[in-house]
Amino acid sequence: MKPERPLVDVQGLSRVFDASKPWLNRMLEGEQRMLLKAVQDVSLQIGRRETFALVGESGSGKSTVAKMVVGLLQPTAGRVTIDGVDMWKTTASDEMTALRRRIQMIFQDPYASLNPRWRVGAIIADPLNAFGLTKGRDETEAKVAELLRLVGLDPADMHKYPHEFSGGQRQRICIARALSSNPEFLVCDEPTSALDVSVQAQILNLMRDLQDQLGLTYLFISHNLAVVRHMATRIGVMYLGRLVESQPSAELFKAPRHPYTRMLLDAVPDLKMSGRQRRMIEGEIPNPISPPAGCAFHPRCPLALDRCRVDVPTPFASGGRTLACHAVEV
Amino acid sequence: MNDSSAPKDVLDRSKPPRSRLARSLDSDIAASFLRSRVVVAAGIAAALMVLAAFGAPLLAPSNPYDLNSVNLLDANTPPVWHKDGDRRFLLGSDNQGRDILSTMLYGTRSSILIGLLAVAFALTLGVSLGLIAGYVGGRVDSVIMRVADVQLTFPAILTALLVDGVASVMFKNQSGGTTKFWILVFSIGLSYWVQYARTVRGVTLVERNKEYVQAARLIGMNQFSIMFRHVLPNVLSPVLVIATINLALAIITEATLSFLGVGLPPTTPSLGTMIGTGNEFLLSGDYWMVLFPGLTLAILVLSVNLLGDWLRDALNPKLR
Repeated sequence: MKPERPLVDVQGLSRVFDASKPWLNRMLEGEQRMLLKAVQDVSLQIGRRETFALVGESGSGKSTVAKMVVGLLQPTAGRVTIDGVDMWKTTASDEMTALRRRIQMIFQDPYASLNPRWRVGAIIADPLNAFGLTKGRDETEAKVAELLRLVGLDPADMHKYPHEFSGGQRQRICIARALSSNPEFLVCDEPTSALDVSVQAQILNLMRDLQDQLGLTYLFISHNLAVVRHMATRIGVMYLGRLVESQPSAELFKAPRHPYTRMLLDAVPDLKMSGRQRRMIEGEIPNPISPPAGCAFHPRCPLALDRCRVDVPTPFASGGRTLACHAVEV
Repeated sequence: MNDSSAPKDVLDRSKPPRSRLARSLDSDIAASFLRSRVVVAAGIAAALMVLAAFGAPLLAPSNPYDLNSVNLLDANTPPVWHKDGDRRFLLGSDNQGRDILSTMLYGTRSSILIGLLAVAFALTLGVSLGLIAGYVGGRVDSVIMRVADVQLTFPAILTALLVDGVASVMFKNQSGGTTKFWILVFSIGLSYWVQYARTVRGVTLVERNKEYVQAARLIGMNQFSIMFRHVLPNVLSPVLVIATINLALAIITEATLSFLGVGLPPTTPSLGTMIGTGNEFLLSGDYWMVLFPGLTLAILVLSVNLLGDWLRDALNPKLR
């Protein structure tokens, strides 16, 4: 195994949803099929112990990418390779089980992601039982207690039901469940967006501590640039299903290249009150069912050229960064 | 680990957790039960009837199933308060000379048992099909729900009659009361599953998209485990309400079938059979043969219905 091989390698990932009306309605009303291209041609690599953040507005396809990477949603095209195993090609069931153990997910809504009728202990033990990681009830209980302590909860909490906890505590339980199968790769789909600001920081710090402690790799989905800045080592910016730019975090915040990234960063409120003129975000994300021709961003882009209205820019990678724009050189 | 990340412990752990019974007596549901006198009365009535019915072998003055103890010469005896009443027959006797009170006790037992078992059967069938339809979706969903729609176009009593007729012909050789009993359970259960299936399907459609289901899929849990271990406990509370209201319906359906003569045979009568037989003697003035079983049935169904209505309101926070 070559040491520099990334843990997660995503190539040309695309997903099309069929958003058309039922067949009978289409026949009677003479309508065409409506295909929603949620994700188009997304490629990214995540190295071990890295945190790759995907940012973008609502509807840009971030969550769809996350679902395809963990294996909840089959891609229409493209490949997801985790540590050399092609997730959607492998047919050997034990290989798939082994892969599943190594990938876990933390969901957005801590109120919907815990089964309200299960005790916390049973929720956390579910992956342990599914993968047969512990033998006997005592060992399972000891492991659950250890996990609860790891995320900063009391081991006695395992006998309670989820409704007895606050949002932040529930998210800790979700993290404990995700960690119970001893995974290497965690996909976090806006893990703090449903929480109070004061609790967000606690959860984010916990996640960073756990990353250092357990050597985790994160794919972190967020629309909150402040959160991303706190967490990410690399950032990918998505717009209407395409990855328009990806850069190491520090460089992206220092020197954003793509006009969309610049627009996003310009919109972040400036705490230092430097008097810098802020440019407002103009326009809205277009309807993904009928995206604009050429570069999907051209109607909102201050730098748009004639070419942008016709050609879709292909992502160009150099020196650890990727950019898909006609107007800006890498 | 970061100190700021430790959560504040707001719950007092020094107190031992209270028992399940203590908690349930203190709950909102218990409070709303005790608040309404009608509901308490219905509860007591239902409880008394169930006790009396299942204590029938101990309480009944005679055993109406024992044909040797029946004397045809005692037929059509009026209740004791009549001039020619007999102390052996408190509420009179029927056209076979059986004690009405004893027959009623045994008959109520049959009615309640058939009702409970039919509801259990309908519930199991309906909940399973609804869960599968809602969770699997697509073509499976279409097939199950179209069958349900078609069945809804028939009145339940008609479906029960139809199933009962077919099953009775199939088991023609075993004409005993036990076979008939199970045929009734099957036919009544089969005519009431649709409501469960529809309700459960609706709730399942909501639950299946929740993230805890995705978390279970993520660890490779198979569909049946997810359906029955994760989703099922979350769809059961509306089912409980339907089941209570359906119990009254099932008892009535059984009575109707027996009244029409396709239910329990006269040798092992239920309330419906008794009303059916008594009906023939109503015009000759022997009112007791139909009045007492009829009253019993009415009170039984009414109290179960009241309990069901109360349960529906108590479990629905929006109606409180």
